[in-house]
Amino acid sequence: MDYILGHYNYWMVILLMMLGFYTVVSQGNLIKKIAGLNIFQTSVFLLYISIGNVKHGTTPIVAEGFTQYSNPLPHVLILTAIVVGVATTALGLALIIRIKEAYGSVEEDDIHNQDQSL
Amino acid sequence: MIEQNLSLLLVAIPLLAAPIVATLPRGKLPWLFTLSVSWVCLGLAIWQLWLVTDGRIISYELGGWAPPWGIEYRIDAVNAFVALIVAGIAAVALPYALRSVEQEIPLQQTPLFYTAFLLCLTGLLGITLTGDVFNLFVFLEISSLSSYALISMGRQRRALTAAYQYLIMGTIGATFLLIGIGLIYAETGSLNMMDLSVRLPATFEHRTIHTAFAFIVVGVGLKLAMFPLHVWLPNAYTYAPSVISVFLSATATKVAVYVMLRMVFTVFSGSFTQDTPTGNMFMVLGIGGVLVASVYAVYQRDAKRLLAYSSVAQVGYMVLGIAFGTALGLTATLVHMFNHALMKGALFMAIGALVYRLGSSQIDAFNGLGRQMPWTFAALFIAGLSLIGVPGTAGFISKWYLVLAALEKSNWIAAIVILAGSLFAVIYMWKLVEALFFRSAPQSDAAVKEAPLSLLVPMWLLVVANLYFGFNTQLTVGIAQTAVNILRALPQ
Repeated sequence: MDYILGHYNYWMVILLMMLGFYTVVSQGNLIKKIAGLNIFQTSVFLLYISIGNVKHGTTPIVAEGFTQYSNPLPHVLILTAIVVGVATTALGLALIIRIKEAYGSVEEDDIHNQDQSL
Repeated sequence: MIEQNLSLLLVAIPLLAAPIVATLPRGKLPWLFTLSVSWVCLGLAIWQLWLVTDGRIISYELGGWAPPWGIEYRIDAVNAFVALIVAGIAAVALPYALRSVEQEIPLQQTPLFYTAFLLCLTGLLGITLTGDVFNLFVFLEISSLSSYALISMGRQRRALTAAYQYLIMGTIGATFLLIGIGLIYAETGSLNMMDLSVRLPATFEHRTIHTAFAFIVVGVGLKLAMFPLHVWLPNAYTYAPSVISVFLSATATKVAVYVMLRMVFTVFSGSFTQDTPTGNMFMVLGIGGVLVASVYAVYQRDAKRLLAYSSVAQVGYMVLGIAFGTALGLTATLVHMFNHALMKGALFMAIGALVYRLGSSQIDAFNGLGRQMPWTFAALFIAGLSLIGVPGTAGFISKWYLVLAALEKSNWIAAIVILAGSLFAVIYMWKLVEALFFRSAPQSDAAVKEAPLSLLVPMWLLVVANLYFGFNTQLTVGIAQTAVNILRALPQ
């Protein structure tokens, strides 16, 4: 029981990772795919943040009376990865707008059929 | 002063130039500026390679923070060689870009097009130079995001869906890499490649490390279009603007192969890879890639798609070299990275010249054009010979080393597959030659003119390089062998 509760973050990471990845693979709607991709990436952010946690550690700010701090590096790393994620989402959505203009649809099957019928 | 900061300049110059290009007025100015930046980069890359050819290693501490805490740019013969490929292809592709981009990209978008091109160059150079795995991820995403944007600028609407598909798969690949890096960091507390190569062996028994390795191999495998993770590549290269097909086919997958080499041999180690099923997996996937992609290439009706499938097959050869893991195998992989950049660059340029005159890349549309565009046809023919691996061309050298590596390991199946791949290359290149030269042109059309000089000169530069490096192997094989010694000399 302790094992399960003690690793609560990691179980959530795995759950979100699988949910997001499944959404990307299974959904035919382009926007839903991007949403799935976001969930997938968020799970990795959570993973990094969880790794940085130090038992009984406090916020990594130097202050009197505290000697043990959480590791701030993974948090900084993931800040960069979040920016990358935002850029990817923005580019993905911009592409979807252009696809919608060109095909009049955001459903993968529909787009595929239009390309085949040419 | 410049020599000390050489490695950083190589990344910083295109990065700083990118926003400047975006603000330049439409017309020739953005192109001219990008061209000069890429030539400066080529000069720096040659200088850098010259500094490390004797096996020396340049370590650059970013911001003065000593590794392993700070980010380190660590240049040895391996990455200086790959950086030269990237900078060289960019420098040759840009003169070609002027006319081709004028025709394919709307005028108001050209400054942004060249901005994205420079960002892509920054990312690819950054990947090769950095010695920090997280920094590598960031550069990988810079190059990927800009290449999605570049591909989507193709003329047909299918360019959009191709870019979208690449975006989804590329992001999954990069996120896999990120997961792997996170797990490595959790185990060792380090992100510096050299530091990792010292710290990781103590934890090789841990399941976390095995998981991390699996994520990294699959993630990078997606980026390098390792069969069967290649499905994004044919569409992306087919519908991208001609210059982008040239640039990406010659650099993007090569850089990803480099990342795989670094991860497998430097960060982890050759012996660790052999202990896990990865070595066998590379062998099977390499063989599968060569055979399946070659067969697909034979059945294509679009010339650019044919070349794209051929690229997947060529990546298969490089993966085979990694699978052998021997000095000969890795030499073959490195030399083939260089040679394939030359031949695919030349081939995509030739097809791009045909597209420039015809507006179509369907093979049926090429009928009889070989006589009307003799220089383009000759370039395509010679580069095709190099792709097949005919003696006297660059392609022969890398195939030769690869077959030697297979025989050294008494791996007859791999040796036969390599030769079979060449036979398939004969078939699919013949399809192009037959259409261009042996079929008669449609009567009704007016004669098609030869491609303009600005397309022909870069094309022929690459063709001549294909022939030159087929005779003079001192440079390519010599540097590759130094590089392989560095890759294999690490604590195994």
